Amino acid sequence: MLGEGILKGLAETAKNFAGSYVSKERLTTVEYPEEREPLPEASRNFPFLVYDGADWEKGLRCVACQICEKECPPKCIYIEKSKDKKPDHVGKLQIYPARFDIDISVCMSCQICVEVCPFEAIKMNTEFELATDDRFGGLLLDRKELARSNEYYHQIHPTEAAEVDARLAEEKAKVEAKAKAAAEAAAAKAAAAPAQAPTAAPAAKPAEGEPKP
Amino acid sequence: MIERFDQIFILLKHWLVGYLPESWQTVAGVVLCVVAIVAVYPALFALTTVLERKGVGRIQNRLGPNRVGPYGILQPMADAIKSLTKEDIVPTTADGVVHFLAPIAQVVTVFMGFAVLPMGRNMVLVDMDAALLFYFAMGASAELSVFMAGWSSRNKYSLLGAMRAVAQMISYEIVLLLSSVSVVMITGSLSLVKIVESQNQYSHGLPHWYIFTPWGFAGFLLYAIAATAETNRSPFDLPEGESELVAGYHTEYSGFKFALFFLGEYVAMLSISGLGSTLFLGGWSAPFSFLTWVPSWIWFFGKLFVSICVFIWLRGTLPRLRQDQLMNFAWKFVLPMCLLNLFVAALWRFMGEGWLRWVVCSAILALAYVGLGWEGMKRKQIGRRSYRYAD
Repeated sequence: MLGEGILKGLAETAKNFAGSYVSKERLTTVEYPEEREPLPEASRNFPFLVYDGADWEKGLRCVACQICEKECPPKCIYIEKSKDKKPDHVGKLQIYPARFDIDISVCMSCQICVEVCPFEAIKMNTEFELATDDRFGGLLLDRKELARSNEYYHQIHPTEAAEVDARLAEEKAKVEAKAKAAAEAAAAKAAAAPAQAPTAAPAAKPAEGEPKP
Repeated sequence: MIERFDQIFILLKHWLVGYLPESWQTVAGVVLCVVAIVAVYPALFALTTVLERKGVGRIQNRLGPNRVGPYGILQPMADAIKSLTKEDIVPTTADGVVHFLAPIAQVVTVFMGFAVLPMGRNMVLVDMDAALLFYFAMGASAELSVFMAGWSSRNKYSLLGAMRAVAQMISYEIVLLLSSVSVVMITGSLSLVKIVESQNQYSHGLPHWYIFTPWGFAGFLLYAIAATAETNRSPFDLPEGESELVAGYHTEYSGFKFALFFLGEYVAMLSISGLGSTLFLGGWSAPFSFLTWVPSWIWFFGKLFVSICVFIWLRGTLPRLRQDQLMNFAWKFVLPMCLLNLFVAALWRFMGEGWLRWVVCSAILALAYVGLGWEGMKRKQIGRRSYRYAD
């Protein structure tokens, strides 16, 4: 009959109206600034740079290889290599980024930089409250603003960070084993030819450090 | 004491006016009433907007506005400040004068309707003999302001919205009038005060409201449909269908002029609900004889509140009609029902007391409703489209 559907509809909306006061399932609104839903572990927004230890500048894993800069589809990464070198996490001397800027107004969160990085130095952050009143400077993050500790990485992506740590430890162990083997080999070599070593060393020293009168 | 409380506004007016010299008192009294009306209804409009946003929000399982003030009560204040400080833009090709006059014409005509509406015992600004006629004359001028707005904006959407509005409002104006005429036929008067008084009687503790008669019930439903269409409320909000026409006739209005249109629309809703409750729901009379001690104006505004809630409920429920559905509904269902309702009202008047008139009148209306509804909902059976190509 005419009007039946209207009555059904009115009953439905009335049910929803009353239900939103009673059942928590119906009223799913999260009042954002006060209430926050925990972010899913796989969530990502913009990249950040991982550092080990306490000092961000010393601990940066990045070696300024510029792979990410070249792979970045929207070209939002800008890297300047350093002139000097410093040891990386396995103790090998590496150059480091003197400048590492990401323009997050350009970044499209594709995660390709993370995929290509051979040093596990760049990872995706979950921070999303990045609004600023400075349109250009405020959205161009330099390496200090990008640097986050490994502990922070463990906080936001625990599973992934554990995998990364395991991988790095394995690598380090491999390198150390190699170094040890090399050292042992060198020691064995040195033992095999003990007569030559002492004569060579004193001869080199004065030549190097001789002051000019 | 109760009597005093019922007449509190009248006594207040007399007391205030009493400070003035004799010759000024009449004019001052009228001005005071006008000021009261112009202050109270915009305040109710503000409350209605919040109520609507909260209500529709809850219907859609949202919270609605809750940031400004406790529970979002002060949201209209924020809206008012926003609309007052916004830039007032008039398109260069618009007809400046008409563009300026349209919102004013809307608001003024809407407020004029309140002059004849009895809001409580003795609480009527002008006790006119042809009050209903005056009210409908003022209501009809609202169409003019809508068309003024649409035409003067020189915008396709505005004009389309205005044309839709005029087509819709004229169609439903007829329904509105005819459904009210049945009340006039029974009461024998166009005066709204008399209409309320004739309903303010009780037998067995129940009031003689017109909605409790077959023709009154049908008339009230028809009136409610027409009132919804007249005030451009959902599901009849085609003139400002935002998915089709940006905002319809007030697309080119911004800032305070837009706020005036908004105000006019909501106050028209309040006013037409007031008229509806006056005609069919006994105006300011109490629903039970043992409740007559409650001040009359509380009943009037209570009925207003309930009607507003129903408007909001409908808005949260029904989708918008199509233009052809709207017109078919007006001319093929509502209008015949209205004409039939006039006949039934006459029958009711001349059949005398007794149960027979209840049965006969109800049967005629129910049969017509079912029949017309069946006829209207019938679908044309259209087979598969067949193509015949030229050889």
